[in-house]
Amino acid sequence: MALDETTVREIASLARLHITDAEMEKYRSDLSNILDLVAQMENHDTSGIKPMTHPLDAVLRFRTDEVTENDQRSKFQALAPNSENGLYLVPKVID
Amino acid sequence: MTLKTLTQLSSLLGSGEISSLELTQDYLHRISQSDLNAFITVDEAMALQQARAADAQRAAGDNGILLGVPVAHKDIFCIEGMKTTCGSKMLDSFVAPYTATVIANMNQHGLVTLGKTNMDEFAMGSSNESSYYGNVANPWGDSSKKLVPGGSSGGSAAAVAAQIAPAATGTDTGGSIRQPAAFCNLTGVKPTYGRCSRYGMVAFASSLDQAGPIAHSAEDAALMLNSMTGFDHRDSTSLELPAEDFSAELDTPLQGLKIGLPDEFFGDGLDPEIATLVEAAVKQYEAMGAVIKRVSLPNSELALPSYYVIAPAEASSNLSRFDGVRYGHRSEQHDDLVEMYMRTRAEGFGAEVKRRIMIGTYALSSGYYDAYYAQAQKLRRIIANDFNRVFEECDVIMGPTTPSTAFAEGGKSDDPVAMYLNDIYTIPANLAGLPAASIPVGFNSDNLPAGLHLMCPHLQEARLLNIAHQFQQETDWHLKPAPAAWVSGDE
Repeated sequence: MALDETTVREIASLARLHITDAEMEKYRSDLSNILDLVAQMENHDTSGIKPMTHPLDAVLRFRTDEVTENDQRSKFQALAPNSENGLYLVPKVID
Repeated sequence: MTLKTLTQLSSLLGSGEISSLELTQDYLHRISQSDLNAFITVDEAMALQQARAADAQRAAGDNGILLGVPVAHKDIFCIEGMKTTCGSKMLDSFVAPYTATVIANMNQHGLVTLGKTNMDEFAMGSSNESSYYGNVANPWGDSSKKLVPGGSSGGSAAAVAAQIAPAATGTDTGGSIRQPAAFCNLTGVKPTYGRCSRYGMVAFASSLDQAGPIAHSAEDAALMLNSMTGFDHRDSTSLELPAEDFSAELDTPLQGLKIGLPDEFFGDGLDPEIATLVEAAVKQYEAMGAVIKRVSLPNSELALPSYYVIAPAEASSNLSRFDGVRYGHRSEQHDDLVEMYMRTRAEGFGAEVKRRIMIGTYALSSGYYDAYYAQAQKLRRIIANDFNRVFEECDVIMGPTTPSTAFAEGGKSDDPVAMYLNDIYTIPANLAGLPAASIPVGFNSDNLPAGLHLMCPHLQEARLLNIAHQFQQETDWHLKPAPAAWVSGDE
């Protein structure tokens, strides 16, 4: 299934990936080829079949609603590229 | 030259012939001399400290079967205080603040960490050619003809095949333990989905990922699996089952074993030499008392397209956490938050990861979700149902692990779809959550190894390992060392 450049730019934007003009054609072509592989499944009749999200159809466990974790914020924030006073610092969002 | 299995090393440690310190020093030395690029991080001080602690424990009366045995871990498992990179520039600076449950379990059994092995970036690949840290060489190739070790657990497989680590952990989402095991003449096992905790194992495709061992034999793999598995309340998909000894059935005779051979696994695209080796193996099993049945998994050709929707879709969600905010790489050029995200991710991820994130994003996007993701999940159930039907008349399903033997570096890296075809026989077990293994089945006319693929019903790992072990009692393919493997006396 052939994707056009506009669609690839939209996907890249949704995925928060910057693609340069030089890279565009290779990604467009590769993604189109992958979708050709995937196309084999499109017309297969799946009426009445329930989607399988878990191979053993397991359901999520519940636990008692009580606090069990310790505050390790400073340990985890030590990994951050930029943080201060317990906050992660990021560039401002421009409208 | 004989190769040392985990089982043999355990015995030497147990009898006192060698200490964990000596053993660990020996393997650390081998690693430092190796040019396969199998390791990303080696912390010698930490390894030696763990080895000394194991020797002290043994002196105090502990005689656990894995106490003091050194192993390597795929760099997808978090180990507190160690760099955990997933083969990616995105995590080049990431020092894990906690340890994965699988690793913690193995540490409890006294295993020593030699280092973190190289891998395809974020576990996406079948050749270990997409790592930020460079390619890994297969010790079955040579300097004039570099071959891939398979992937994504290429570093783990190369290290074990080269005998610079006795065994290693890997992860398998579409074949990433079994395919490198086949390319490197090793025994690789992917257990039933949920057997090993995924807590601390960086997620690629959450409904498919499973940790497992890469070792020289089924006997070794059983020991490793015993130390890796177990219920973990921190993984919501962890199976709540009593502890099991996967070595318990190794010696059960195979008389009456029903082996299913699916027609669909022996069609076009399979290297005829591999087909011949697999057919010979099946004859061997018949001689051991097994009964062979031709069966059909009619929806097999839907496995690859379903997988290449489900896995990228789940990956696109899992990798959305890599945004430069809380850990990992952050781009320096940006004017605003969205640009920071876009450039951070463009700089931090390689091409294959970006391709899969984009396919996944597309498959989940509004207007396409039903046609792609929902459809793939329904096909997944159809494929799983085929297995349930076949397992009503068979105890195990066999076939080749891969359509070809190890290929040359660069041979498929230009064509993503050609690369994806490597996993055609391994993917169904991930979709259905079945325990599966690859074991050595012989060599082609170029002296390259091939793998026999086995699948059992859910939770039958002990049986799977028994079926593999019995073959390894009758054959010695798995004991043949790689041409570039470490030889005692090497400097």
